[in-house]
Amino acid sequence: MRFLFKTDYEDDIKLFPHSGYLVSYGILLALLLIAPFVLSSYLMSQLVFVCIYAIVGVALLILTGFTGQASLGHAAFLAIGAYTAAYLQKYNVPFPVYFLAAGGLTGIIGAMVGFPALRLTGIYLVIATISFALIVEEILARWESVTHGNEGMRVKTLSLLGVTVPRDSPTFYFLCLSVLVLTIVGTLNLLRSPTGRAFVAIRDSETAARSMGVNVALYKVKSFAISAAITGFAGVLFAHKLSFISPEMFTLQLSIEFIIVILIGGTFSLHGAVLGAIFIVMIDPFLTYLKDDMPGMIAGIAATFGASTATAGNIQSKVAAFASLNGLKGAIYGIIIVLFVLFEPLGLYGRWLKIKLFFQLFPLYKRATFKRQKIYVKSERNR
Amino acid sequence: MSYFRADNLSLHFGGLKAVDAVSFAVEKGEILSIIGPNGAGKSSIFNLISRIYRPTSGRIFFEDQDITEEPPYDIAKLGIARTFQNIELFENATVLSNLLVGRHRHSTTQLWQELLFLPSVRANEKVHRRRVEQVIEFLDLEPYRDKLISGLPYGVRKVIELARALCSEPKLILLDEPSSGLNVEETDDMSFWIRDMKSELGITVLMVEHDMSLVNRVSDRVIALNYGRVLAMGSPAEVQQHPDVVAAYLGA
Repeated sequence: MRFLFKTDYEDDIKLFPHSGYLVSYGILLALLLIAPFVLSSYLMSQLVFVCIYAIVGVALLILTGFTGQASLGHAAFLAIGAYTAAYLQKYNVPFPVYFLAAGGLTGIIGAMVGFPALRLTGIYLVIATISFALIVEEILARWESVTHGNEGMRVKTLSLLGVTVPRDSPTFYFLCLSVLVLTIVGTLNLLRSPTGRAFVAIRDSETAARSMGVNVALYKVKSFAISAAITGFAGVLFAHKLSFISPEMFTLQLSIEFIIVILIGGTFSLHGAVLGAIFIVMIDPFLTYLKDDMPGMIAGIAATFGASTATAGNIQSKVAAFASLNGLKGAIYGIIIVLFVLFEPLGLYGRWLKIKLFFQLFPLYKRATFKRQKIYVKSERNR
Repeated sequence: MSYFRADNLSLHFGGLKAVDAVSFAVEKGEILSIIGPNGAGKSSIFNLISRIYRPTSGRIFFEDQDITEEPPYDIAKLGIARTFQNIELFENATVLSNLLVGRHRHSTTQLWQELLFLPSVRANEKVHRRRVEQVIEFLDLEPYRDKLISGLPYGVRKVIELARALCSEPKLILLDEPSSGLNVEETDDMSFWIRDMKSELGITVLMVEHDMSLVNRVSDRVIALNYGRVLAMGSPAEVQQHPDVVAAYLGA
């Protein structure tokens, strides 16, 4: 057990409370830096997707986790970022310019979504953001002079300062990683400043925030804009990674995946965005694996328990038919969300903290430590 | 001109007159208590001042400025802080960050500076932190700095809410039932703090309170309300002996 002795106000501001953090994050960074030279190209590709999903996860955490404004429209922000990049690329705009332009434009659109959302809370806000996403999807499909409609747009290979960076090169991975790290550091900076505290204040009690001098409307719009801008940056990377974008890539399903990222990772800490991103990117190949191999596996098990070849074959085809049902993936995502909300509302990062505390306090760990207490019910809430 | 003045303040919900043509003034540096039975309109007056409700009619003046139409967040910027009857803290944040939100009206840094955490932001944060520490010391909150609000007992939360209001360095503080839910010792502490706020920090106090012993100990003047109207105004002893006040509490 380590005890922190704070002797300076600086100790409350530091990003790394003690040297242990420096060591473990240093090791993590070193591993991430040597990854391209060790891992297979498939895993590297997955790692790039983890970075992109984690950037969106951080963006969504700012809005949903820290400001308390739910959004199911982040796929649309990602699309706006991606399409801005693809469009500007046609006019030979250099990467740094269209990267910043995509973030800026998405941020402005985010602020514009934030204004009408000011009067909405909870489920109504979710509906409003879904509608926004549907509108954007429709615009992408219909505005053919800019977006090429359902034909989609080809995204040219990234060229950074005259050097071409193919989408499966280590350089592209390092680019995504550095955008992720910069996003995380920027967000941490924000959270330890007045703006971040105002966000948290709005999440927990708008009335109290207002009476402490927080301009609630302004900060909600700021939160929307920041979250959208970061998602826009991720959109540029996403477009380059896929090298082809079309409207059906940015559907509600993608927005739900982003919500899963933060719900499963944990909504109270930025760690959650990264853990959730790893989860969502890795569950896809796992589901594909199950889909391909499970029917044969179950038939094999049935055969060992004495089923005839015909029955086993029958079982195999039935399971295969079930596994290729439309919408099964959505159903599995739904079940995962429900199970996490019921049994692990703090997410994967919360589980990690519990495991860590268990070993730190061994054998004195109490299960009640993380139990949420709700003793005082607020009788009168002025919204 | 008075320091703070409410002029013919009314708040009607349909036919119900929650506050009915109430006028009163608060002098700089005094402690004024508002008493009255349940539903007399005491908290409504506070909600009118902090602009959670919009008055049906009447004006509010603070330091010779008409603040009736100011947006709610600007009330705090003018130097009026408040606490709530049913504690309104930021539940899932630490005590320290709750108190730092109280410093919000003094923050001057821009968003882009905060994203980069420039030296100016760092310097400002340290100033805020030092001010917060002074309040922590004033209210004996040292053991709770890094605790989450959701794990703290009621009495402590009540003090933290007072601390958050003090962190904004207000000129006028509105206390909505500071002693509700506190035990005798905690109420004692509260009465000392309220008097210290006046004498050491020079803050003017406007307070709604039911505990008459606390009212008697700290108040310079008392206003008694019933059914949204002023029954009596004056020193604590005068108001308590006023026949209308006795009738309101005990029944005529």
